[in-house]
Amino acid sequence: MKLRVLGVCVSLLACAAAPGATSPGAAADAAGAADALDEVMHSLAQRRHGQVSFVEQQFLHMLKRPLESYGELIYDAPSRLEKRTIEPRPETLVVDGEVVTVQRGRRNHVLDLKAYPQLLPFIESIRATLAGDRAALERLFRLEFAGSEMRWTLVLRPLDAQLAKTVAEIRIDGLRDELSRVEIRQSDGDRSLMTLRAHSGR
Amino acid sequence: MNTRRSWIISSWLVGIAAALWVVTHAHYINDLSAFLPAKPTHLQKLMVDQLRDGPASRLLLIALQGGDSETRARVSRNMARRLRDDAAFSSVENGEALTASRDRDFLFTHRYLLSDAVDARHFTAAGLKDAIAETIESLASPAGLLLKSLVPRDPTGEMLRIIDQLSRTRSPRTQHGVWVSADGARTLLVAQTAAPGSDTDAQERDLQAIRGAFGAGVAETEPSSSSAVQLKMSGPGVFAVAARAKIKRAAMRLSAISGILVVAVLLAVYRSPLALGLGLLPVATGALAGIAAVALGFGAVHGITLGFGITLIGESVDYSIYFFIQSLQGPSGDAWRRRLWPTVRLGMLTSVCGFASLLPSGFPGLAQLGLYSITGLIAAAMVTRFVLPELLPPGFRIGDVSGFGLRIVRVRDAICRYGGLGLRYAACAVAVVAMLVLYRHHDTLWNRELSRLSPVSPEDLRYDSTLRSDLGAANVLDVVIVEGAGLEEVLRGAERAQAALQTLVDAGIIGDVDSPANYLPSLAAQEARRGVLPDARTLRDNLKVAVADLGLGLEQLTPFVEDVAAAREAPPVTPDDLRGTSLAAGFNALILHQADHWSALLPLHGADGATPDVDVARVAALLAAAKLPNTQILDLKLETDALYAGYLQEAIRLSLCGFVLIVLLLLAALRETRRVARLLAPLGLAVLTVAAGLAAAGQQLTILHLVGMLLIVAVGSNYALFFDGAAAAQRAPNSALILASLVIANISTVIGFGLLSFSQVPVLVALGTTVAPGAFLALVFSALLTWRAPPATADA
Repeated sequence: MKLRVLGVCVSLLACAAAPGATSPGAAADAAGAADALDEVMHSLAQRRHGQVSFVEQQFLHMLKRPLESYGELIYDAPSRLEKRTIEPRPETLVVDGEVVTVQRGRRNHVLDLKAYPQLLPFIESIRATLAGDRAALERLFRLEFAGSEMRWTLVLRPLDAQLAKTVAEIRIDGLRDELSRVEIRQSDGDRSLMTLRAHSGR
Repeated sequence: MNTRRSWIISSWLVGIAAALWVVTHAHYINDLSAFLPAKPTHLQKLMVDQLRDGPASRLLLIALQGGDSETRARVSRNMARRLRDDAAFSSVENGEALTASRDRDFLFTHRYLLSDAVDARHFTAAGLKDAIAETIESLASPAGLLLKSLVPRDPTGEMLRIIDQLSRTRSPRTQHGVWVSADGARTLLVAQTAAPGSDTDAQERDLQAIRGAFGAGVAETEPSSSSAVQLKMSGPGVFAVAARAKIKRAAMRLSAISGILVVAVLLAVYRSPLALGLGLLPVATGALAGIAAVALGFGAVHGITLGFGITLIGESVDYSIYFFIQSLQGPSGDAWRRRLWPTVRLGMLTSVCGFASLLPSGFPGLAQLGLYSITGLIAAAMVTRFVLPELLPPGFRIGDVSGFGLRIVRVRDAICRYGGLGLRYAACAVAVVAMLVLYRHHDTLWNRELSRLSPVSPEDLRYDSTLRSDLGAANVLDVVIVEGAGLEEVLRGAERAQAALQTLVDAGIIGDVDSPANYLPSLAAQEARRGVLPDARTLRDNLKVAVADLGLGLEQLTPFVEDVAAAREAPPVTPDDLRGTSLAAGFNALILHQADHWSALLPLHGADGATPDVDVARVAALLAAAKLPNTQILDLKLETDALYAGYLQEAIRLSLCGFVLIVLLLLAALRETRRVARLLAPLGLAVLTVAAGLAAAGQQLTILHLVGMLLIVAVGSNYALFFDGAAAAQRAPNSALILASLVIANISTVIGFGLLSFSQVPVLVALGTTVAPGAFLALVFSALLTWRAPPATADA
C-alpha cells in the first residue's frame, strides 16, 4: 500500500531534469596533453583509499550569498564514494557501484544510479577521476586536460545533450594524485565550488 | 410382509429424494465465517472482517528469480503492464514511476491542505523564517540540486514534507527502474486483488492470471530462448489456494487409498460384491441426511463440515458390518434384530450423546459437525435396521467368518486366562502411567495457537516474511482501527489517533504509523489549514521580515504568494480528487465501509528491522489513556489465538458434559452402576493412553485431537457394549461372530484413520493419529477388560 508512494518520491527527485540515455562512448579526441593525462590517471589509480575534508560553496542565482557546507569525502577503490555532510545539516550520500544511498535524519533512501542519469555527471566526474578510470570519464564527458602531472586541470563537458541541459562543465584541479578543487557549472548559471583538503585521519 | 417391505423402501427413497433436494439447493460457504463465533463480540467481528476482506488479505507478493537482473526488470515491466489492464487487480506496483506526474500534480496543487506542518504559526514571520531557512539548508545537500526548481513556489518545503509523510516505510531498492530485494537477487512486484482474500476461487483465478502475465511477459522479453527467470508468489491468497489444493489432494488421495483397502478387506470377508454395495447404503444415506440437516438447521453449510463430516460417521460402516456378519446366524437377520440390534442402538445413542455435546459450541464449524454426525448416525442406523433386511435377496449369503472369529476367541481366552487378574492390574498401571505423563505435560498439553492448524509449511512462511522485509511492507498484523458512521468522522478519528501515537513513534517504541488521513486529511483539518493561510498582503509583509536575513530575494517568491492566494480560494480535497493517482489505491486500502459503517485502518510498523513486532500492550494503554472514541488496536494474531483458545476451552468443557451425558444414558439403559463402569473403563483407558502417547511424543493437542477423542468414545462404545452384552448373556457360540465383526469393523476404522496420519495437512494428521490408535486400543481394552471365563470352562 505504502509502496506506491515511493514512485512519487522518486519522481520528485527526477523532476529536476528529464532522464536521458547516455550515448555510447565516443572517444574524446584529447590530443596533446594525452600523455600527461595518462600519467595523472595512472597515479590516481594507485590510490585504494582516500579521505579528505571538503568545504563546498554553492552560488545560486536565487540566493544573495553563497550557501556553504562542509564535511568529508571518502573514497574506496574502485567504486565507492561517500559524501558525508556535517554542516549545515547532517546528511550522507553513499554511491557504491550502481547503488546510491541517501541518509537524512532517520530516513534512508536507496536509489539506482541507472534510473537517475541526471545524477551521473555529479558523481562520476569525481568517482571516475579518483579511480583514475579514463575510459569511464570518456564515456560521459569530453575531456580537456591542461597543466602538468604536478599541477593539473581537467575540464569535463557532458557528451549527452540531455545531461548538458543540467551541467555545463565540471572543472577539477589537482596536484599529482590529489584533487584540490571541483567546480561544477550548471547550465542555468548556478555553480558550486568544492575545495578539498587532506584529512588528518587518512 | 410385501406391503410393509414396499412401504419401508419407498419411504426411504422419498427421504433420500427430499434430502437430495435440500442438499442440491443448500447454500455452501467456504470462508472464514466457520471460525467466526455465532455471537461475535465487536472486536471479533472486526478481526474476521480484516482477515476476510482487509487490505492484508488482498496482497499478493511476487518475486522473479534467476536469470540476469536486466531481463528480470523487463519481465517485471511487461508483466505489470498486463496485470494493470486486468480489472481483477486494484493495483500492481513494481517500482515504476507510472502515475508519478499525476501524483506530483495532485500533491503539489493541494500541498497547503495536505501538509501537517500548516498551522497558525507556519505563516507568521517567525514560522516562515524557520521553514525557509530549513529549505535553504537542504539546498546545500546533494538532493538540493534536485529541489532547486521548487523553491520559488514552495519555499517552506511542504512538498518534501508531504512526501516524507507518505513514504514512512523503508523503500525497496530499485534496479533498472524496478524494485529488487536488498541483495538484488529478486525482482519484486506487489499486486492487490480486487476480490477479498477469503474468496479462494477468485484468488485462484488471480494467481492464474499472474502466471499467465508472467508467461506472456517472459515470451515478450525473450521470444526465442528458454528463460531462466522463475516466478514465485506469496501472500494470504497464495496460502489459501495452496492449502485448499493440499487438503483436497490429500483427502482425495487418502480416501482413494483407504477406500480401496477397506473394500479389499470387506470383499475378502463378505465374498459378495452385493453385500459390499449394500453395506455402503447406510453411510451414503447418513452423509446425505447429515448435510441436509445442517442445511436446514443452520441455513448454510460450511466447507469444513463437508470435509470432515464423512470421517465422523465412518462408524456407520460398522453398522452394516455388524449386521451382515452377525446376522449370518439367523435367516434375514431376525435373530440379529431381536438380540443384537438393541446393542447397536445403544452404541449409536452413546455416540449421539457424545456428538450432541458439540451442538451448543460457539464455534459454528463444531456445532455443524455435531448436528451432521447425530443426524448421519441415526439415519445410518435406521437404514441398517429397517431397510437393509428388506433389500437382501432370498438366499443372500456372505463368506463364513466364524472360523476367523473362533480363532480370535481362542487367542482372547488364552490371554485372559493366562493374564487373569494381572490384566486388570496392568490396565490400572497403564492408566496411572498415562495420567502421570499427562500431568507432567499439563502446562503444554493444549496448543492454543490457531496457526497450529494451518497447513502452510514453515518454509513458505519464512519465504513470505523474506519477501515482506524485502518490500518493507507494513506488519499488517497490528492495526489501529477507528470506526464511525461516515468518512469524515473516521478520518478525524484517524488524525487524533495518529497524533496520540506520535509519542510512541518519537520514543522509538513503534516505527511509523500509516493513516488514510495522510492521503486525504479530514475536511476539518483541511478547513483549519486553509483558515491559517494569510491574504497576499499579510503574507508579503511577513515574508519581508522572514527573508531579511536569509539572503533570499522577496521578488523570487512571487509564485509562492500567488499559490497561497489560490489555495485560500480552492475547494477542499475530496476522494474524487485522488482518482487517477496512485494514491487512491493507498487510500482505499486503508478505508473500509459497508453501508454507513466506516473504518479507518492505521497499520503500525515495528520500531526497526530488528524488532518487527509492535508492543501492542503499550499501544493499547496509550489509546485507552487518550480516551479516543471508537478507536482500538487489533492484534490479529493475538485475537485469532484468543478466539481459538476460547473455542478449545469450550470444546473441552462440552466434551466433559458429553461424557456425563453418556454415563447417564448408560445408567438409564443398563441400570447397573458396575456394568456401566466396566463398559466405560476401556474407553477411558484408550483415550487416556492416546492422549498420553501424543503428549509423550511431544505433540500438543488441538481441537481436532479433541474431536478425535470423541470419535474414540463413539466407535469404542460399540465394541464395549457388544463385549459386555455377549459376556452378560453368556452366549459363547455367538461371540465368535460378534468378535469377528468387531475386529473387521476395527480394521476398516484403523485403515481409514491411520492413513490420515500420513497426510501433510495438520488437521487430518491430528484426527488420524488420535482415532487410529484410539480405536484399536478401545477394541483391545474392551476385549480384555470385559472378559469373563466362558461358562463351559467355568462349570468344569
